[in-house]
Amino acid sequence: MSDAVSVAGLVKTFGATRALDGLDLVVRTGEVHGFLGPNGAGKSTTLRILLGLTRADAGTALLLGADPWAGAPELHRRLAYVPGDVTLWPNLSGGEVIDLLGRLRGGVDRRRRADLLERFDLDPRKKGRAYSKGNRQKVALVAALASDVELLLLDEPTSGLDPLMEEVFRDVIREEQRRGDRTVLLSSHILAEVEALCDRLTIIRDGRAVETGTLAGLRHLTRTFVEADLAGPADGLAGLPGVHDLRTENGRVLFDVDTDALGPVLGRLATAGVRGLVSRPPTLEELFLRHYHRTGATASTTSTGSATSTGSTASTASAGESAEASR
Amino acid sequence: MSTLTGTGGLVRLILRRDRALMPVWVVIPCLIPVAFVSAFDAGYPTAQARAAYAATSVHNAAFTVTYGPLSGSGLGELVTWRAGFIPVVVALAAVLMVVRHTRAEEEAGRRELIGATAVGRHAGLAAALAATCGAALVLGLLSALALTGAGLPATGSLAYGLGLAAAGWVFAGVGAVAAQLTSGAGGARGAGITVLVAAFLLRGAGDVSARSGGGLGGLSWLSPIGWAHRMRPFAGERWWVLGLAACAVAALTASAAALSARRDLGGGLFQARLGPATAAPGLRTPLALAWRLHRGPLLARAAGFTVLGLVLGGIAQSVGELLDGGSPAARDALARLGGRGALADQYLTAMMTLLGLVAAGYAVQAVLRLRAEESGGRAEPLLAAPVGRLRWAGGHLAFGLLGPAAGLVLAGAAAGLAHGMNTGHVGRELPRLLGAALAELPAVWVFAGLAFALAGLLPRLAAGAFAVLAASLLLGWVGAELRLGGWVTGLSVFAHVPPLPGGDLSVPPLAVLTALAAALTGLGLLGLRHRDLPVG
Repeated sequence: MSDAVSVAGLVKTFGATRALDGLDLVVRTGEVHGFLGPNGAGKSTTLRILLGLTRADAGTALLLGADPWAGAPELHRRLAYVPGDVTLWPNLSGGEVIDLLGRLRGGVDRRRRADLLERFDLDPRKKGRAYSKGNRQKVALVAALASDVELLLLDEPTSGLDPLMEEVFRDVIREEQRRGDRTVLLSSHILAEVEALCDRLTIIRDGRAVETGTLAGLRHLTRTFVEADLAGPADGLAGLPGVHDLRTENGRVLFDVDTDALGPVLGRLATAGVRGLVSRPPTLEELFLRHYHRTGATASTTSTGSATSTGSTASTASAGESAEASR
Repeated sequence: MSTLTGTGGLVRLILRRDRALMPVWVVIPCLIPVAFVSAFDAGYPTAQARAAYAATSVHNAAFTVTYGPLSGSGLGELVTWRAGFIPVVVALAAVLMVVRHTRAEEEAGRRELIGATAVGRHAGLAAALAATCGAALVLGLLSALALTGAGLPATGSLAYGLGLAAAGWVFAGVGAVAAQLTSGAGGARGAGITVLVAAFLLRGAGDVSARSGGGLGGLSWLSPIGWAHRMRPFAGERWWVLGLAACAVAALTASAAALSARRDLGGGLFQARLGPATAAPGLRTPLALAWRLHRGPLLARAAGFTVLGLVLGGIAQSVGELLDGGSPAARDALARLGGRGALADQYLTAMMTLLGLVAAGYAVQAVLRLRAEESGGRAEPLLAAPVGRLRWAGGHLAFGLLGPAAGLVLAGAAAGLAHGMNTGHVGRELPRLLGAALAELPAVWVFAGLAFALAGLLPRLAAGAFAVLAASLLLGWVGAELRLGGWVTGLSVFAHVPPLPGGDLSVPPLAVLTALAAALTGLGLLGLRHRDLPVG
């Protein structure tokens, strides 16, 4: 089976700004692929190139097996798109927009439309100018999800939605996932969302893919967080290879450890006598911080272990991580 | 906290935002009458020459409609009369500026940002009015200074300048009221401009009627545009007319404040109603969407063109009567001009150019809707659907080409009907004036094509099509008087339209204009095909 999206060495400049700088991205057919990056990383530009709206300066892009620029209007029968910043026609009602976009794509599934309207709790009779940001987002989501298409391109689709609606969105995407015949490219800077939904993900920074793979595969590259309550002093722990950010709080030691150095470190802990131990894989947020912390950016300590704190931004990072981050 | 707290800061914000735009509309209107002073000085140096000029011009109804009544043959009277369209320009600028800083801000959501700070409820409205009225006052004083500097009496110059300022003030008030009515800035602009067009027509009809001894001369007093002329600069100034303007400004400001106090942020007097939950069966193509978006403006303009045609055509008959009972010199002038019918035709020809200008403005506006859709982010979801970019753009282009055509047909037919009923020759006048109006269409399409070409090739400069239109208007207006070379006036697109009705219908220029419009449109399509979308 061919890939739904296959992008290699994509370059796009706007004047002096290099929005994409050799981006590679592969989305396999049938998967939900997370496209993760901070604001301004080049996510929307990539989607616009995939839609044939913007032309790349260099590199190749294939969408559903065809050139997105040359195949532009015809290819769009097979996909639906939710832009990052949804604006509606002020004098058209939400229902009219949903129907118009659906019909342009070749038809609206009435039952599905009604179902989605109910689940997203959206009044389709309001005029475009009367909707709040979240409701405009819902209009675009319903229009996209009610269409029977192969590929969904979603650009930060939950921005402006309240947590309840985010949950509805996740449920709907999970249903799509179970059906298995739809591919979803989900751009986001919300870690929990990608963590909850995506089979594979690509992390993009400054127009380049810095990491791509399954969530499990990425974790493999990263450290494990360990919190231990020790009977005695753990001398020499700091000197072991692969141990980072060692600190003591209330008599407990907390540190990060490279996965391949886990064995010797656990041995040393056992020697000291373990009364309690918490270890867990890094949250996506931690991965994220590692990749998006730029040298020179304001570094501050952030609390680890908060996979659900979706609001964290790239500018907060542990001071100790800057060395790896600027690789 | 008073309702006006923070007005000063907001005025500074307006000045900062408009620091490039405001000097343009404040300074250019001051330069035009100065140019006329030197033109009249050079062209008509003696009192005799000026008297002869005035004797001919006073009977030209097109002049009376466009510039207002001519009160005498002194240099000051001639200059301020010839510059008589400036109050309309100033009023238009005032309406647009007030709406830009009130309703447009509110619609864009920026008013909310400001309103959440320590700013009084009426501060935004007050700041927009203060900045606009201040700019109009500066414009008036600068105009007065410029005319005084050019050697005209200071008193008359001041009366002229204050007349301009008053036109700006009153229409700033009109804009302020209009901004309270609708929840969209476009509707507010439309309402303000409708009042302006009505004021212009009232003044034109009243002045022509007064000149030909009709009983409708009083109409001009109902028009705030007429008040600037009623101050009679250089011809026994009537300062009390300023009081009339002041009363109007006070009443309009009070109404706007009262309306503003009654409504919610973002709301209008006319509340937005709920729309249909599902789209009508026809709403399934980009063209159908374009129809939805252009429908309102199109219908409003169709009505406007019809009224414009009826009024301008209705006046035509009285044009011939202007010379009745005139001096022997006037009768000679009439004979020289080719008799009464020719005089009416000469007037109608000028009015056709006016219709063409209005239609071109509409054409540019309709085509630029495309850019508004693009930069507003509304093009993207359509283009992400199976809609080719040319198909999307074509929908808007169609309205930019056909909308003005419909407007010209309606205006020409209405003018023909009105003039024909007055003269008793509907069967003759209707097709004649319809044809004359349609002769403007190729020139109008050049502007549509220009706007489209810019949208395709230089999207960020697309609004420059309005600047070319304004330059065309300016050239046609001052070009002849300033004795600029033929090639300069030839730059005005409308200079190439054959003078109809009455003149010869020469096809080649029309064919060239049509070809130019087609070429520009082609360039636009080419640009749209190849460039990135959307460009903000």
